[in-house]
Amino acid sequence: MDPLVIGIGNSARGDDAVGLRVVEALGCSDLAVEHDGEPASLIALWEGRQEVVLVDAISSGERPGTVVEVDIGESELPAGLCHSTHALGPAEAAELARALGKLPPRIRLLGIEGADYSFGAGLSPEVEAAVDQVVRRVKEIIRPTAD
Amino acid sequence: MTEKTIEVDYLARVEGEGAMYVKMEEDKVVDLHFKIFEPPRFFEAFLRGRSYRDAPDITSRICGICPVAYQTSAVNAIEDAFGMTVSEPIRELRKLIYCGEWIESHALHVYMLHAPDFLGYESAIHMAPDFPEIVEQGLRLKKIGNDLLALIGGREIHPINPRTGGFFRAPTRAELDALVDDLQWAREAAVATTAWVARFDFADFEQNYEFVALSHPDEYAVVDGRIISNRGLDIAVQEWGDVFEERHVEWSNALHAVVKERGAFMTGPNARYSLGFEKLYPIAQRTARAAGLGPTCSNPFKSIIIRAVEMVQACEEALRIIDRYVAPESPFVDATPQAGEGHGASEAPRGICYHRYEFDADGVILDCQIVPPTSQNQLRIEEDLWNYVPQYAHLADDELQWQLEQAIRNYDPCISCATHFLNLTVERG
Repeated sequence: MDPLVIGIGNSARGDDAVGLRVVEALGCSDLAVEHDGEPASLIALWEGRQEVVLVDAISSGERPGTVVEVDIGESELPAGLCHSTHALGPAEAAELARALGKLPPRIRLLGIEGADYSFGAGLSPEVEAAVDQVVRRVKEIIRPTAD
Repeated sequence: MTEKTIEVDYLARVEGEGAMYVKMEEDKVVDLHFKIFEPPRFFEAFLRGRSYRDAPDITSRICGICPVAYQTSAVNAIEDAFGMTVSEPIRELRKLIYCGEWIESHALHVYMLHAPDFLGYESAIHMAPDFPEIVEQGLRLKKIGNDLLALIGGREIHPINPRTGGFFRAPTRAELDALVDDLQWAREAAVATTAWVARFDFADFEQNYEFVALSHPDEYAVVDGRIISNRGLDIAVQEWGDVFEERHVEWSNALHAVVKERGAFMTGPNARYSLGFEKLYPIAQRTARAAGLGPTCSNPFKSIIIRAVEMVQACEEALRIIDRYVAPESPFVDATPQAGEGHGASEAPRGICYHRYEFDADGVILDCQIVPPTSQNQLRIEEDLWNYVPQYAHLADDELQWQLEQAIRNYDPCISCATHFLNLTVERG
């Protein structure tokens, strides 16, 4: 099955929209979809995929706009890393899937440190500036290989 | 005198974040607050000056778990202000999309947020290796609720299809039929879920609640109805402000809603069930009886059983609506704005969600008031904790904290609705 890019976020919550913004820049398609990070449908969405890239805003205390890449197959995502107003977000979905043996063989997170998650705010300039870098990295990851 | 403090910065497994503070001297509670931080009235300020058309969409973004509740209460209020009534087929579709929300929200809370309390796990992630089939069942139930919501709502989250007067587009018979197998599976799974959670150990904690819920003559009320209580209340939604008020307390940014004459009350599963048992479908009543519930339930810990029963109810309701579905001739009725005030309410999974709007003649919002269920239950949660701590005051701090968090989670508080952010502090003095 083709690789899948999942941009996660809430368009009304400031920098939380950055995952959606990246998917928009990639051109929304069957290969790049928007999602709100709800675990049950997220796990169903990536089931059967070999290569999955999650793009989401994170809160780790880094400088806003900092891009972090985590190989989820190799290391756990700390609960609450991905910005979410819900009790369970993408990090919890990944760990739940790992516990149930439903994690894709290759799955990674491209996290963009957000600054402002208030309702009705747009993307912060630092976060907007990181979008191109993330788009390039996503394309590198999902580029078709020779085999 | 021994004084003691327990501080917890983050209360897990609730929607959003807030704080709780408990101060004890010896084994006696001397002070206790349930705190909510995010600035209040934000959405109301955001809505003022906007068109009525924006209200369903903007308020649905208050919460990713119960967008349909906000949309439904908003359109009820707008239609009330503009003197509109919708056709029965449109009302049926409103009930159907609400079934999706109840299934997904209750599945999330029962399986992922509340069950770990009873089974002694830190989270559903820790529970999954020991109960993989149970957790997968919960995920599948939740997904079926999401699928139903997505079909009627146009998409899963922040549905875009509902509008004032109805829906932009009505589903086809074939689209609904495609959900029937899943919903039949979900109904059986919800019956099994009820039997499973009924076997948990429950604290002996019956309280003398004023239950407040919507009431409908023929239905287990969800999308509309009168507001009733077990203390004799029976009012139209338009009278909300005559009976209830919101009070500011210094420790919380969310307002406390109270019955003016009596104080705290409870809204949500226990209230709906205790006031509406007779209106449940036979399969839901049988499931409740088999789980050992009577026609009323005053133990908030048993709300997990009621949520499971309500999943049975929602699946049965959805199947019945689909079975008799005839697409409405027009998916919506046109709105003609007029100046005035409108009120709307519906039963979010957590309880009554009340909206009031005031419009000018062009339908511009001059004023509005949104009272989510969690701010209505806020004071009740505090009173439960006051009464609950003494039973467990002898416990070590971490065990006491576990008990208190569980008592809060009984209400499935949605703090991202009421506002945001929750921490827990226990101070023993």
